Amino acid sequence: MSRQTTKSLYWQGVRDGAPFVLVVVPFSLLFGVVGTEAGLNLSEVMGFSVLVIAGAAQFTAVQLLSDGAPALVALVSALAVNLRMAMYSASLTPYLGAAPLWQRALAAYFMVDQSYTVSFVAYEMHPRWSVPERIAYYFGVVTPICPLWYLFTLIGALVGDTIPEAFALDFALPITFLAMIGPMLRTPAHVAAALAAVTVALLAAGLPYNLGLLVAGLAGMMTGAQIELLLKRRKAGHHP
Amino acid sequence: MIEGTDLWLFIAALGVGTFALRFVFLGLIGDRPLPEWLLRHLRYTAVALIPALVAPLVVWPAASGGALDAPRLIAALVTLAIGYVTRNVILAIAGGALTLFAGLALMG
Repeated sequence: MSRQTTKSLYWQGVRDGAPFVLVVVPFSLLFGVVGTEAGLNLSEVMGFSVLVIAGAAQFTAVQLLSDGAPALVALVSALAVNLRMAMYSASLTPYLGAAPLWQRALAAYFMVDQSYTVSFVAYEMHPRWSVPERIAYYFGVVTPICPLWYLFTLIGALVGDTIPEAFALDFALPITFLAMIGPMLRTPAHVAAALAAVTVALLAAGLPYNLGLLVAGLAGMMTGAQIELLLKRRKAGHHP
Repeated sequence: MIEGTDLWLFIAALGVGTFALRFVFLGLIGDRPLPEWLLRHLRYTAVALIPALVAPLVVWPAASGGALDAPRLIAALVTLAIGYVTRNVILAIAGGALTLFAGLALMG
């Protein structure tokens, strides 16, 4: 009986993850293309997608390395882009923390924006699911997403060299990042964080070792946090 | 651009570091709550770093030797606007790419 519900929750996860194929396929295809254009060979491009499995960080690393930034700066910047994963990890822990270690390790490896968001929403809606049911659902969500991430990175890397210059691939990466920014601007604090980061990034562009990015990132984070506090206090003031 | 063994070391370090960020709470710390000030800063990492990374690429594009380039600037603004209004990343990429191709065809 319990095995039956676990199985059906796995398939429910697959169905809930399926729409994100539309995001994952073009994004991974683009990473394969951009990585190849930047001079990585096939195994190096695949190394990024299999070992790192985090699009924004992979793009950040490749962009900074091909700019000639020192490896340490590229590494810290790419990891900083991934700091949100620590937040995801913290917020999934109350739901999955009691699962066996190997399952938690596997769940951590497959933790991407989509698997986190979809699962977290489902766990909040179904507080009575058991831990094995939550794990089954989680890996259901991952099933249509992560294998396609590898496959379409591979396809992108294989076709990357054959794309003519007229397609202005130099600008593929900025456009991809810009497209990701819009949906992130959910609150005035997010907008302020982005504006502060852009301003500092342009002013600090002359700093050595591409350190301007990290300084700008910190400035943006602090601005966002302060504006959030300010708005919260103001709201509390209006409704005592 | 680093190459060979150095590049593989880099990829491995990024992979291990990323896994550590994903595993740290779920695997090691348990459900002890994070301090609120830390969470409040972590919320804004992506929305600060990605615009900071992309701004110099838009203002000083490599393809034009670092000079402000009208087709690329317009495509950037269109991409951002579509993403903001529709909240749809793929639609924004498609709109930005089409704007860039149109701009390059018209203005060279």
